[in-house]
Amino acid sequence: MGIRFILMVNKQGQTRLAQYYEWLTLEERRALEGEIVRKCLARNDQQQCSFVEHRNYKIVYRRYASLFFMVGVDDDENELAILEFIHLLVETMDKHFGNVCELDIMFHLEKAHFMLEEMVMNGCIVETSKANILSPIQLMDKAH
Amino acid sequence: MEQLKTIGRELAMGSQGGFGQSKEFLDLVKSIGEARSKAEEDRIVLSEIDILKRKLLEPDIPKRKMKEYIIRLVYIEMLGHDASFGYIHAVKMTHDDNLLLKRTGYLAVTLFLNEDHDLIILIVNTIQKDLRSDNYLVVCAALNAICRLINEETIPAVLPQVVDLLNHQKEAVRKKAIMALHRFHRKSPSSVSHLISNFRKRLCDNDPGVMGATLCPLFDLISEDVASYKDLVSSFVSILKQVTERRLPKSYDYHQMPAPFIQIKLLKIMALLGSGDKSASEIMYMVLGDLFRKCDSSTNIGNAILYECIRCISCIIPSPKLLEAAADAISKFLKSDSHNLKYMGIDGLGRLIKISPDIAEQHQLAVIDCLEDPDDTLKRKTFELLYKMTKSSNVEVIVDRMIDYMISINDNHYKTEIASRCVELAEQFAPSNQWFIQIMNKVFEHAGDLVNIKVAHNLMRLIAEGFGEDDDDADSKLRLSAVESYLQIISEPKLPSLFLQVISWVLGEYGTADGKYSASYISGKLCDVADAYSSDETVKGYAVSALMKIYAFEIASGRKVDVLPECQSLIEELLASHSTDLQQRAYELQALLALDARAVESILPLDASCEDIEVDKDLSFLNGYIQQAIESGAQPYISERERSGMLETTDYHSQDHHEVPPHALRFEAYERPKPSSVPTQASTELVPVPEPSYYSEAHQPISTSSVSERESSEIKLRLDGVKQKWGRPSYQSSTSASSTPPQAENGTSSHPDVGVGSSSLKPRSSYESKKPEIDPEKQRLAASLFGGSSSSRSDRKSSSGGHKPAKGTASKPPKENPIPVQPPPDLLDFGEPTATSVTATDPFKELEGLMDSSSQDGGSTDVMGLYSDAAPVTTTTSVDSLLSELSDSSKGNPGTYQSQTSKGPNSKEALEKDALVRQMGVNPTSQNPTLFKDLLG
Repeated sequence: MGIRFILMVNKQGQTRLAQYYEWLTLEERRALEGEIVRKCLARNDQQQCSFVEHRNYKIVYRRYASLFFMVGVDDDENELAILEFIHLLVETMDKHFGNVCELDIMFHLEKAHFMLEEMVMNGCIVETSKANILSPIQLMDKAH
Repeated sequence: MEQLKTIGRELAMGSQGGFGQSKEFLDLVKSIGEARSKAEEDRIVLSEIDILKRKLLEPDIPKRKMKEYIIRLVYIEMLGHDASFGYIHAVKMTHDDNLLLKRTGYLAVTLFLNEDHDLIILIVNTIQKDLRSDNYLVVCAALNAICRLINEETIPAVLPQVVDLLNHQKEAVRKKAIMALHRFHRKSPSSVSHLISNFRKRLCDNDPGVMGATLCPLFDLISEDVASYKDLVSSFVSILKQVTERRLPKSYDYHQMPAPFIQIKLLKIMALLGSGDKSASEIMYMVLGDLFRKCDSSTNIGNAILYECIRCISCIIPSPKLLEAAADAISKFLKSDSHNLKYMGIDGLGRLIKISPDIAEQHQLAVIDCLEDPDDTLKRKTFELLYKMTKSSNVEVIVDRMIDYMISINDNHYKTEIASRCVELAEQFAPSNQWFIQIMNKVFEHAGDLVNIKVAHNLMRLIAEGFGEDDDDADSKLRLSAVESYLQIISEPKLPSLFLQVISWVLGEYGTADGKYSASYISGKLCDVADAYSSDETVKGYAVSALMKIYAFEIASGRKVDVLPECQSLIEELLASHSTDLQQRAYELQALLALDARAVESILPLDASCEDIEVDKDLSFLNGYIQQAIESGAQPYISERERSGMLETTDYHSQDHHEVPPHALRFEAYERPKPSSVPTQASTELVPVPEPSYYSEAHQPISTSSVSERESSEIKLRLDGVKQKWGRPSYQSSTSASSTPPQAENGTSSHPDVGVGSSSLKPRSSYESKKPEIDPEKQRLAASLFGGSSSSRSDRKSSSGGHKPAKGTASKPPKENPIPVQPPPDLLDFGEPTATSVTATDPFKELEGLMDSSSQDGGSTDVMGLYSDAAPVTTTTSVDSLLSELSDSSKGNPGTYQSQTSKGPNSKEALEKDALVRQMGVNPTSQNPTLFKDLLG
């Protein structure tokens, strides 16, 4: 299935965005996020892989300033490509918000989700052109 | 310039009315952002729940306000609390005419509800309506929702419309429609089986976005049924070729790489299609070769594609040239300083090793470095590789290492996995019985609670049955060594329950068999176990049964039995046990002690655990009794079938198995809507239809064999393989290896500590002089891991000289610095693309001109100073860490974003945002200044 979930979590371990591509109950999500965050944040990010195995997931994570982007994938996914997908996501948000920061995502949670909706469907990467990703959002902005 | 930007920003935000949000919302976000602990966050969210519950009850909530409430509900769930009280409002919002509100409603609904939620039925109607909308953005929003919310039952409600939309004039709609179809295929393949051709059609879509998306469903389809898509091989190859030749629009480029994500998907598909198919593979050679040649290995994304090429080559039937290219790429990965690339390299090695087993040899030292790396992820990956390359010559070293690692970790999930791998390898390649028992003991001792219970049963069976040979001597030796080792271990504190069960069972069966240990000694030990683990009833049960066997063997052999006092008290205690099972065993033991030798021998014969017990299912020994009863006037027995009025048929099999008396529960599923191609014969055997006992005798052999087959596949231990591997050939070769001194060709490898330095390194003497600095410890390990193949290397050298140069270069680099001294690149940008190549497309470069180029560090200190002025709270520590982070990241980015390190607007931007939030009436304290930090800074 490819991507199973996308998380954005800050340095304190607080969730800033969560999108799951398979159904988990609230409790399952809370437990999973807690475990993953503990695992990823405990790794000193010098000298270590950006990949962590957890249960049946492989988590590819990348840190930008205070925010961790974590993508849970299947075992047969290309980890490096996912790592670059994260960067593409951040670049796209940066293009829209301009010097995107944690607060932008918090204030515009729905927009961050809209971007993800364009980029990932059914757990697959379906769009990688920034122009295509952002155009529906820009059109909606214009209408208001 | 910079002022212009500020003004522009404020204007942009002003047009939305600040952030377009109320002060309440801003306050909420701010307080969540500044929460210092999970407990504080929870408090905020709980009070927010109270507020929203009240607010949502108010009449006539303005729409914009409602949208905000919905987002606040999303926050509540995101932070781990239940917001189900507001779901209905999100559902209502999907009905709204306003696009933004509608989309927000859909978004919230997809986040809140799973596809089987009761509320979905209220949305299906809206979705149907929206699919007909003239506004393509509305259609897209509905299609997004379809991909999350439609389940098998609701597919027919939207399917015709989705199919129509496949030809919509807007590419965005076509793309989402194809993904909706993809989703339907996943949920219920039969619902779209007649529409499969659409996926092929969309592959030829004019729009590259639609084409790229279509690859996702095609990947699924092809992995299900490769044969039907062989005709597409050349299409995929030509698409890939066009992509690499930059025929796609520039907007798909990522860091100057043309549509890398599409390339990767295509490579994945090609790997499926070329697997085991020479002619399909040959079509791919050219484009794969081009990729290896062209791919920029200095960028991360370039390496991602190279890695995918390696994977593709490991699946198809590659040409020698491609194999060499893949091996080169792997050695580059392994030599890199980046841990990520090393990880990919190890993974690639594990894949390629299946095709060319000698490839790992060139990288032995790199592999060992990875094995000893402090990074757990890398270490695990390396263990996976070792697991794949285990053979009888290196099994001891590898399994020892695995067990050491298993003992050192706490993660139960992985501990279980590695334990079962140890067991599997030990069963397959064990060089000797003693070693095997030793390994199993370690596994049970340290991961006993995690191992599948079947592993324990297998071990018992293995010890009981021997190893499939008729060598009784070897079998009894094995048993004796097991007994000896268990007697050593048994007194250790806190052994896992499963292990104790095995120990008790083996001691009971074979403890006294050899005559080495007396019955009273063994029974004393067993009583100790029962005593020490008195809360574990299963262990106690095993112990009592073992005692019973010990005494039975004693009685049967005519010796006088002295029941130990502690044993006597144990029996007495158990006679009054709350557990009926233990009680039963105790009574049986007591009864047995009173019997004579002949009776005992027939009850519990020596070493008969593997003998089949024949059960007379006809109960024929009762015939006389029945006859007597009938003669004295009893009614003859009428079977249940006859009683329920069913006809007795001679062949039970020919009857429909599903026919069950009408009052009984049906346990099988109802028939599938479409008769599947599963052969009925197979299904009848697998469906556990309750069988009357009188029938099953004739039928039994079949059913038991099928059951045991299933079992063995379930537990993943290749028991069938065991016998083969443990058969004479491998066993003999290993004994010869252990008996002969190291000069034997193969003997070196199985003796890691003896004489490896001298003999196994000899064939490599030409390289030896070149790498004097390698830690001899490591060399020894390398030799024992790879030694088996390195000894054969000398013969291979003559046949294939082509590998020689590669080997020389490959083994050189690790020697220069076995421990990388260089500061490894920061995680943020571990690929080291050259600055020049990236700046050309760097999307931020354009911004650069607009920005003030004040020095970054100075700038940020100022800002931090401002923050702490604004609020009296002292946050020096966090400021410090922030600064160090900044400088770290600027240090760590030698290449990619060097241009940005001088950009320095981060703090300014943050300041602007801060100012704006302040205007909105929110006063950010310096509690969490990172909130304002540029993510890309």
